[in-house]
Amino acid sequence: MAASSGRTVGSFLWKCGNFCFNFNTVSSNLTRQVLSRQLCVSAVFHRKNLAAAGPEKFSEEFIKKQVEEFNIGKRHLANMMGEDPETFTQGDIDRSIAYLFPSGLFDNKAKPLMKHPDEVFPKQRAVQWGADGRPFHFLFYTGKQSYYSLMHDTFTKALAVEKHQDRLRGKGLFTQDAKQISLVGSRWLLKEELEELLVETISDHDYARFIQLMERLLSLPYCSAEEDFVQRYRRQLEIQSSKQQVQPLQYDQHGVAYSTGDGRRKTATGTVLLRDSGSGSISINGTNYVHYFPVLQDREQLMFPLHFMGVLGRFDMQCSVSGGGHSSQAGALRLAISRAMLSFLSEGQVETMRQAGLLTPDPRIKERKKPGQEGARRKFTWKKR
Amino acid sequence: MRSKELSVERQTGLWRCTDLRKGLCGLRHPWLVSAGYSCSGPFCATAVAVKTLPLQTASTDVTDRILNLPLQMPDFFRLSELFSLKDLFDARVHLGHKKGCRHRLMEPYLFGSRLDQDIIDLDQTVEHLQSALNFTAHIAYRGGVILFVSRRRQFGQLVEITAQDCGEYAHTRYWQGGLLTNAPIQYGSGVRLPDLIVFLSTLNNVFQQHVGVRDAAKMNIPTVGLVDSNCNPSLVTYPVPGNDDTPAAMELYCRLFKMTINRAKDKRRQMELLQGLSAAGLTPGS
Repeated sequence: MAASSGRTVGSFLWKCGNFCFNFNTVSSNLTRQVLSRQLCVSAVFHRKNLAAAGPEKFSEEFIKKQVEEFNIGKRHLANMMGEDPETFTQGDIDRSIAYLFPSGLFDNKAKPLMKHPDEVFPKQRAVQWGADGRPFHFLFYTGKQSYYSLMHDTFTKALAVEKHQDRLRGKGLFTQDAKQISLVGSRWLLKEELEELLVETISDHDYARFIQLMERLLSLPYCSAEEDFVQRYRRQLEIQSSKQQVQPLQYDQHGVAYSTGDGRRKTATGTVLLRDSGSGSISINGTNYVHYFPVLQDREQLMFPLHFMGVLGRFDMQCSVSGGGHSSQAGALRLAISRAMLSFLSEGQVETMRQAGLLTPDPRIKERKKPGQEGARRKFTWKKR
Repeated sequence: MRSKELSVERQTGLWRCTDLRKGLCGLRHPWLVSAGYSCSGPFCATAVAVKTLPLQTASTDVTDRILNLPLQMPDFFRLSELFSLKDLFDARVHLGHKKGCRHRLMEPYLFGSRLDQDIIDLDQTVEHLQSALNFTAHIAYRGGVILFVSRRRQFGQLVEITAQDCGEYAHTRYWQGGLLTNAPIQYGSGVRLPDLIVFLSTLNNVFQQHVGVRDAAKMNIPTVGLVDSNCNPSLVTYPVPGNDDTPAAMELYCRLFKMTINRAKDKRRQMELLQGLSAAGLTPGS
């Protein structure tokens, strides 16, 4: 099994060795024919005027062929990895490719990838006119048909809403407190997202005008009739809470309350198990804290959160820490202890701890060395001549 | 296919469209030649040679009949029924701008001025509008691409809706420089340019002549233009002197153009059906 898989991987690698891995796409073509065309999509991604790139760089049949090849390649890959071809997801594909083609490069875009052709090839516009030369869209000659068509439709809807309002006013049924569209927790589409939607490049001015027109539509009292249309151009915001997530207190079989916390400092990570037993003993990686941290400063760092809240003798601690040096390990444990203590404290006490800086992870890491200098900041000796 | 019909006309350099031109005195555009006349002079040196058509087969006979029949009558589409002078007056088409805004070249089209406001001569407007609509109808009959252009923000929506209703095209937005003159680069090669451009206002937002007028003249595209008393009518092929500021007037024009184009297209469908039936009746093979 190992030998055969080694051989297939080898043949696969030999075939794929023809591809230049500088380009974005590697289509895993495991069939007999080798894809000799090297697909360079970077120019197309950055091109401003899509029409000037040619009617269609990638025709319909070409894309269809790519999709078929991708599906066949996916099944081969699943067989190679010993997985079920039917339930082979994109995440599995990424992991398999990362395993088969380990890359020491840092840039994600430089690593070999195997994705569905729809994600790889930019969405292209088919030819905009029929056999007799007449364009399909009535705003074709403006140059930006999708964008102007969108503006036209939005304005039509605004006019329709205004007409509806006038009819209601005529009947005397107009009220200011009609149902409003809820905009809380959502944002307008970004310019890039709108460009993607319209498959067209638009300028900042155009985008600003679009937002202005939508805001005007929303300013009308009876705009709730067009809610679906408006929501198509809004995205939900991720909810960000600024409060600390306080874990609830847990109890073990003897009824003793305990909680855990973890913290990091430079390259050291530590976890702590805080027990409300009342003895005040601390063990780190199995050894006593006095033996583990011979330096006073490190022990002070451990004690500081407890001393600050005045609960020095109350808790029992079991810590584990790895990585870094003794100072960073102590700092990591300090943060872990502070976080573990949150479950035992009230809101006000949590706030005082936050203000003391006990809950803030220290972001400082070792600064990289720069070329042309001896260290991160130290320069080579300056010689006048 | 349809563009060939129009290109043959253009290649010969003869606009065979209308005998109405004979009626119009003071030909503004001597380089436009009327039917069949061989011309002399500096303007139409290229216009003399008429291409001989290839061998006539049954299908080309039918096509020729479809294409030539409307040219034999002055008002084939009966467009004079669509509007009257009174309709124009009621829509306030005769109201021009103040004396200070008057363009020198619009003076022949003005009836006079009252309290410093210029009044446009509606008799001339009727004639010009008649010929413009007739020309539009013939272009639409031959399946030409018609582009409605107006840079007035007040009427942009109306113009776009008119174009949509007739199945033609509209451009009421910012005019990018090379739209007509640099079309293969802007749109892709093989694009078909409009065969007629209808300007529902020849001025842009800063009261200068719309770039499209000059570009259409450069690209040999005929134009129908609504010229108000502050506009320059010289580059427009079929100028129609009239008011372009009042909503009533604009709605009238849009309605007229829409009806003309729809009429012409319906007529074409009708002719094709009739001729197709008669051709099928005559020659069992086709």
